[in-house]
Amino acid sequence: MSNKESLHRRRKIVSSLTTTITAVCAFFAIAVLLIILSYIFVRGIASINLQFLVDTPKPVGEGGGIGNAIVGSVLMTLLACVIGLPIGIGAGVYLAEFGENLFGKTVRFLADTLIGVPSIIVGIFIYTLVVLPMGRQSGLAGGLALAIIMIPIVARTTEEMIRLVPDSMREAALALGAPQWRVTWNIVLPAASTGITTGAMLAIARISGETAPLLFTALNSRFYNYFYDQPMASLTVQIYNYATGPFDVEHKMAWAATLILITLILAINILVRFLTRKRF
Amino acid sequence: MAQTGTIGDKVFRTILVITAAIILLIMVTMVFIMVWNALPTIKSFGLSFLIGREWKPADSIFGALPFIYGTIVSSVLALIIAVPISLGIAVFLVEQAPKKIATPVGFMVELLAAIPSVVYGLWGIFVLAPFVRDYLGVFLEKYFGWLPFFQGRLTGIGMLTGGIILALMITPIITAVVRDILEVVPTQQREAALALGATKWETTQIVLGNAASGIAGAVILGLGRALGETMAITMVIGNSPQISASLFEPAYTIASVLAANFADATDEFYLSALIEMGLVLFLVTFVVNAFAKLLVARVGKRMHA
Repeated sequence: MSNKESLHRRRKIVSSLTTTITAVCAFFAIAVLLIILSYIFVRGIASINLQFLVDTPKPVGEGGGIGNAIVGSVLMTLLACVIGLPIGIGAGVYLAEFGENLFGKTVRFLADTLIGVPSIIVGIFIYTLVVLPMGRQSGLAGGLALAIIMIPIVARTTEEMIRLVPDSMREAALALGAPQWRVTWNIVLPAASTGITTGAMLAIARISGETAPLLFTALNSRFYNYFYDQPMASLTVQIYNYATGPFDVEHKMAWAATLILITLILAINILVRFLTRKRF
Repeated sequence: MAQTGTIGDKVFRTILVITAAIILLIMVTMVFIMVWNALPTIKSFGLSFLIGREWKPADSIFGALPFIYGTIVSSVLALIIAVPISLGIAVFLVEQAPKKIATPVGFMVELLAAIPSVVYGLWGIFVLAPFVRDYLGVFLEKYFGWLPFFQGRLTGIGMLTGGIILALMITPIITAVVRDILEVVPTQQREAALALGATKWETTQIVLGNAASGIAGAVILGLGRALGETMAITMVIGNSPQISASLFEPAYTIASVLAANFADATDEFYLSALIEMGLVLFLVTFVVNAFAKLLVARVGKRMHA
């Protein structure tokens, strides 16, 4: 009897012990997040001022800032969106509405594969495809690389969101005599629009943090540049250069630039969270 | 009416097919262009490219083994650290925490995945590397210094720091996939076990057992991510092409040699060698990811059947 009781007790202790261990794992992950964010905030806030936000990089000791890098990041992200969003959304609609054939299955598989391709490989691809023929790095190449990263992500989230639209809505519209394209365009897409928008926003957050595909496609620039045929600075590449530079001043600027970047990315993520929670 | 419908349908569908075909085109072109540009070194080195230990671009000697070694060891190290933690988090979120706690905690773990690689790198250089040099490394050397892994010069920049950074980055990814898998395990399984008098942990073991192949898929997916990670590891691993048993020593990965050298590779042969390395990375991550997807999808199907 006592033997049974002690076994029972042991099982209970083991059970609560494992619960504690898993809770510690979760606590550890949250701690890492908070530690990283607070380092960024504390070290970054000190170097942020208006001058820093509008200046271009200068020789060490003369200040300098990330104005041109912000403009470059915005321009390349914009180009990526202009190319990537229509293609990604179009492909996603195709996969959801007509994608049950061999072609659709192949594209879906390739989109998943492309999501898993390391982003540095996308950089190499654009380098050989665009930079080598053009003879120089450019904002165009950088934007294209970002677009390629964006397309499969947008396509797959769009597909998932459109699949959530109930078939009864399609059937009702078709029964009223609407042609297939009108059903998709006027009924299904608006119904899925919040989901598609949030998917697109997450894709934008993702590409605005990308560095590897820009390193040798957009390269970098010390000046304000508004033309896509020239090398272009970006926040992320600037962070990399500042962080790996030898001087303490540069490191400070790396933290400050990171604070700007991470604020943007977190804001998008939290906004998306807010938008999707209202729906479900 | 019907006429405009059919014409409209055709136009609409054609546009959609074209956008979908662009994805196909990107992938096909990518493979073709990389193979094409890697041909010079594939032809002149063949297999010795993969097993050569010497990397001297100036003398046109290209052996990729140190990079392959660094990529594999750093990724495996990351898995050893990340897998238990990720499993713990996923079990906590799905099996143990009440919804009120699980939702915000889950969101914060997801946010870890939103932090860009270059930011992990920055943090790695200035916070994690000094920590490894002054505390963790010292501890490991003192108590486990008899192992070959924890000997040698301790600078904080090296394989160990690289592995830890990768672990932090893949933890939210493995967690997310395991979470999804645990959530499709039918509730009846848990209820049945609990009704038979099993404790919470015993129930969890049954659930984990039934989801085993999916969890394996999640782990392999994390491996695929670790193999291809570039910026963070480039910034903390030390970028030195050597094969050393010590985790304190600097190393080099395929992705980081590409990040660090691609822009300077002006000579055609050097460029070809780097692209061949990219091709190797591409093929490996492709196989790893496809395998992982297969395992994860199989669990979903079995649970729904």
